[in-house]
Amino acid sequence: MSAPYAKLPAWADYGLIPLINLFVAFVVAGFVVLLVGENPLRAAVILVEGAFGKGTGIAFTLFYATTFIFTGLSVAVAAHCGLFNIGTEGQAYIAGLGIAIVCLSFDSTLPWWLTFPLAIIAAAAVGALWALIPAYLQAKRGSHIVITTIMFNFIAASIMVYLLVGPLKPAASQAPQTRNFLAGAELPKLNWIIELFGAKIRSAPLNVTFLLALVMAFLVWLLIWRTKLGYEMRTYGHSPKAARYAGISETRIIITAMMISGGLAGMMALNPVMGDQHNVAIDFVSGAGFVGIAVALMGRLHPVGIVLAAILFGMLYQGGAELAFEMPAISRDMIVIIQGLVILFAGALEHMFRPYIQALFASFSPRSVGMEAVKGKGA
Amino acid sequence: MDVFNAIIQTLDSTIRLSVPLLLACLAGLYSERAGIFDIGLEGKMLVGAFAGAAAASVFHSAFLGLGMAILISVAFAMIHGFASITHRGNQIVSGVAINFIAAGSTIILGQAWFQQGGRTPALQPGERFEAITLPGAEAIRDVPVIGPIYAELLSGHSILVYLAFLMVPFTWWVLFRTRFGLRLRAVGENPAAVDTAGISVAWLRYRALICTGILTGIAGAYLSMVQNGGFVKDMTAGKGYIALAALIFAKWKPVNAMFACLLFGFLDAASIRLQGSPLPIIGKVPAQFMQALPYILTVILLAGFIGKAIPPRAGGVPYVKER
Repeated sequence: MSAPYAKLPAWADYGLIPLINLFVAFVVAGFVVLLVGENPLRAAVILVEGAFGKGTGIAFTLFYATTFIFTGLSVAVAAHCGLFNIGTEGQAYIAGLGIAIVCLSFDSTLPWWLTFPLAIIAAAAVGALWALIPAYLQAKRGSHIVITTIMFNFIAASIMVYLLVGPLKPAASQAPQTRNFLAGAELPKLNWIIELFGAKIRSAPLNVTFLLALVMAFLVWLLIWRTKLGYEMRTYGHSPKAARYAGISETRIIITAMMISGGLAGMMALNPVMGDQHNVAIDFVSGAGFVGIAVALMGRLHPVGIVLAAILFGMLYQGGAELAFEMPAISRDMIVIIQGLVILFAGALEHMFRPYIQALFASFSPRSVGMEAVKGKGA
Repeated sequence: MDVFNAIIQTLDSTIRLSVPLLLACLAGLYSERAGIFDIGLEGKMLVGAFAGAAAASVFHSAFLGLGMAILISVAFAMIHGFASITHRGNQIVSGVAINFIAAGSTIILGQAWFQQGGRTPALQPGERFEAITLPGAEAIRDVPVIGPIYAELLSGHSILVYLAFLMVPFTWWVLFRTRFGLRLRAVGENPAAVDTAGISVAWLRYRALICTGILTGIAGAYLSMVQNGGFVKDMTAGKGYIALAALIFAKWKPVNAMFACLLFGFLDAASIRLQGSPLPIIGKVPAQFMQALPYILTVILLAGFIGKAIPPRAGGVPYVKER
């Protein structure tokens, strides 16, 4: 990526600019609320209270955040390698198949702490395999990964619909989903952690997958910034030419990055399937893969940022449900707009305010934006 | 004769189903030929569909509806341009954003304005585009073979259907026989050369996106004002992505685009028609397989097994003027 912009101090780059972008996205969303004839400030208060006001709200917020941490990490790992994995949605969806096979086979015989690792492996493996084909086609055939992963989302959806209305559905049932899992495939809840702080929780689906998500965030950080493979991925993402010159195998690096990305996407399915619904149903991913794009962009592709951004989106999902209850004119689809605006301002328009902030910094302390270096080039 | 009738009916619905794909596909053709990837076809169609149906039912005029559909769709195309041309943002990210904003805002505004669960009121006659009977269609309906073909297949569509198919030669003419088209193709292959010739790359790409917006607006209006008598939430249902697939399948050429859209439309029509009934030789084909077929075919094409799809060279790369 060529950066026609001079450097800013790290805190401005990773803190200030994302916050400004986020702020603008919410201001625009506020205008939509005004257009609908409601008070945006009151809407914001209801939203935040709904997400953090009660113990149950916090648990739900973290439950949604778990899902988004996985999809955000998935998008970020591919993005570090210069690949736009828009197929997180499909990889997570098809991973439901792997989980279904494991859970339906072992839930009556094994305890959850044995089913869970098996399901993690199955989910990650199926997700990774679903990412393998687009990765291979990109590496070997030069087919654009964005297009192939979009196509694979639709193919995954068709396969899952076919399986869930046919082979995976119990004969006696009408609903397009697998039978409910037995206790051996139900993950324990984590609500007691929040209850330790004195909050009361009625019923919320927050479960051990949350811890898995945090572990994965740490491992992704380790991978990207502390391993040779991560270094190679970032090199390839920065400049494929330089990577080739340095003797990094293009095929290997693309396929590895995409399979890790697909694996992370696949693990997302564990949270709703084993932690909440206890079955695999049609459309259980419901757009979480696409939220991952917003989360990754918002979090600046860094695991810490991604966890924070995932909690923000978890808050929007949980608070949005409360908001829809209080203000019937604002349904949960408001979140889809906010999501779109965040992607627009934090992603596509990320440089819009940069020149102004740069000018501001330059007027206070020229050294902080590396003015000398720019002058040296004769700009 | 039954088989013949069945074929005519399937082909008739093929035409109806391929029109929105064709319009969206040609829309994508303009922007991608100018070097702007457009994942946001889906979203622009959706806002077009909503704006068209909403304006038509409020102002009681189909043509005002169409105008509004085009206007709003062009406005969304301009957002894409602002992000990806003026601010050199990532074109795919911008397209994804537009799809989300479109999906959310059509539902929220639809619910706020019409209170029908995200639908617009059912369009009355006069608020939607009616079928046009071509001259002499009734007279020769009873003539064997030619009669049904003329009366069922060619006649009896709305004006937007004929417009969509007329757009194919028109687009070909614009792209390959006008100065604007030459420059548009050049800016998608080598924007630096266009810039050197003293032509504004940004303005040219903006104009390409205006063309895209107009066509996605018409595509959306067709969905909500011809195919369906009103807007229903998420009514594009992935058609923008199929159009994108068709565009790649057509190797970014207008006439090929028409055939690709007709093929994908036919697959759709056939899967509706064949629901549950077995085919000779192959046996029963799951409907989901037929629905996935356009995507599978596109992946196979992209993999280079059926010819090679080579996109415009400067596609997806923001243009930075050398200083």
